[in-house]
Amino acid sequence: MSRRTSPVIPGFGLTLGYTLVYLGLLVLIPLGAMFVHAAQLTWSDFWAIVSAPRVLAALKLSFGTAFVAALINGLIGTLLAWVLVRYRFSGRRIIDAMIDLPFALPTAVAGIALTALYAPSGLVGQFASDLGFKIAYTPLGITLALTFVTLPFVVRTVQPVLADIPREVEEAAACLGARPLQVFRHVLLPALLPAWLTGFALAFARGVGEYGSVIFIAGNMPMKTEILPLLIMVKLDQYDYTGATAIGVLMLVVSFVLLLLVNLLQRRIETP
Amino acid sequence: MSSITAVTSAKAHGNANAARCGHALGRNLLIIGAWLVFALFLLLPLYMVLSEALKQGLGVFFTAILEPDAIAALKLTLLAVAISVPLNLLFGVAAAWCVSKYEFRGKSLLVTLIDLPFSVSPVIAGLIYVLLFGAQGFFGEWLQDRDIQIVFAVPGIVLATLFVTVPFVARELIPLMQEQGTQEEEAARLLGANGWQMFWYVTVPNIKWGLIYGVVLCTARAMGEFGAVSVVSGHIRGYTNTLPLHVEILYNEYNHVAAFSVASLLLALALCILLLKQWSEARLARLQSNAAEE
Repeated sequence: MSRRTSPVIPGFGLTLGYTLVYLGLLVLIPLGAMFVHAAQLTWSDFWAIVSAPRVLAALKLSFGTAFVAALINGLIGTLLAWVLVRYRFSGRRIIDAMIDLPFALPTAVAGIALTALYAPSGLVGQFASDLGFKIAYTPLGITLALTFVTLPFVVRTVQPVLADIPREVEEAAACLGARPLQVFRHVLLPALLPAWLTGFALAFARGVGEYGSVIFIAGNMPMKTEILPLLIMVKLDQYDYTGATAIGVLMLVVSFVLLLLVNLLQRRIETP
Repeated sequence: MSSITAVTSAKAHGNANAARCGHALGRNLLIIGAWLVFALFLLLPLYMVLSEALKQGLGVFFTAILEPDAIAALKLTLLAVAISVPLNLLFGVAAAWCVSKYEFRGKSLLVTLIDLPFSVSPVIAGLIYVLLFGAQGFFGEWLQDRDIQIVFAVPGIVLATLFVTVPFVARELIPLMQEQGTQEEEAARLLGANGWQMFWYVTVPNIKWGLIYGVVLCTARAMGEFGAVSVVSGHIRGYTNTLPLHVEILYNEYNHVAAFSVASLLLALALCILLLKQWSEARLARLQSNAAEE
């Protein structure tokens, strides 16, 4: 252990000091300022702001669509990770490289592209309107946009773990008479679950806060398709800084609690 | 006896064959599924951007991206990238250094704090700077007395971009440097290198590809950031508009062809970034497998 705390290597004070000052000035003090600003409110004022019907509707919409999008990604992300790790086929390297496109593409570009695709006159949207439902300007459209921007999270967390599981383990299970689904359920799933949950949590957190890709496809109707980050923007445009701050604090607290729950769940799975 | 063995072995053989057939079928179905997801979720939006941009021909396309407001937006985007990427690179190296080379109390808290900007909504990232530096903010009056404008001006845009890109380099470097340990640096010190020599001749060559990878991801986000920048920008055309904001304005003016033309410029940049990322990732993987063989 003493190897790690090496007194020979210089720079501890310098690097730690720089890290703390930089983080403090850029991240911690500004975030703290938001909580200080919110602390000027009394509890009943705060409650009146965050329990307004419009805020509650946006809260439900933001967390609901982000949750569904993270679940969809949990499924197709696992599928993509599985196929990319286990099979060799033509085009594998292209798919592997392009998985990260949603991270590289500016969210505003993703937003207008998806809107053009899913609007009632768009390439995919027209089929939906033939069948009698709408994708863009509904919660479904928001969910699809969130699924797009958070697609890489589950793939990229599950992929390395899956690659590290030795094939012999599955073969042993198969030799002992397990059917493929049993192998998946009893051998692969327990090994993949912590990484899967991490990917899910990252996708969910990103989805709740996402703004750029959603506002174009959402239609932004109050009570129906208005997400929480947009509501903060609306309050800011009306110079209602207090309202914006209260919603910001609410968002941070709820996201934090949910991430904490996922962390606890993960720990229970890892140490049975 | 032998006939029974023959029958059971034939049966077992048949079972294995059936299993293999089922396996191949499942394999092909899964691969087709992956291709479908890829085509529907990733390729189709790309196709949309390009086809909408070129709807009225190349002439309209080039007019849209060469228009003065678009050029000004491109310059501002490049400025934000040019400031935020080097600063966060420096921060990333310093943070990864103290986290990976030493043991100290509160280290895991520090790592959590470094990752914090990832879990904060970009809109909140913009909001906190408005609360600090805006007209009603904590420093609002002080700044106004001195005629300094941060929010709704270029400094605000740079600050917001800095905030959202803080973790990228540190995040790539921390696991890499933890894996490499401290032995090589110790050897350099024992052979008489001073601190900077050790850093430049031993550490930097070891972490080079991880560094490039982090910088590429950081650049992508800095270039494309929308929510945080949107809050602090004030949307003044030709002055505080970045490229993504310019796309939004054009789109909201129903100037769809121009919006998609500028968007395709950003798309081209994104594809370049993916190529760079792929290249640095491959080099990193090769380096790690070489290290594993040694």
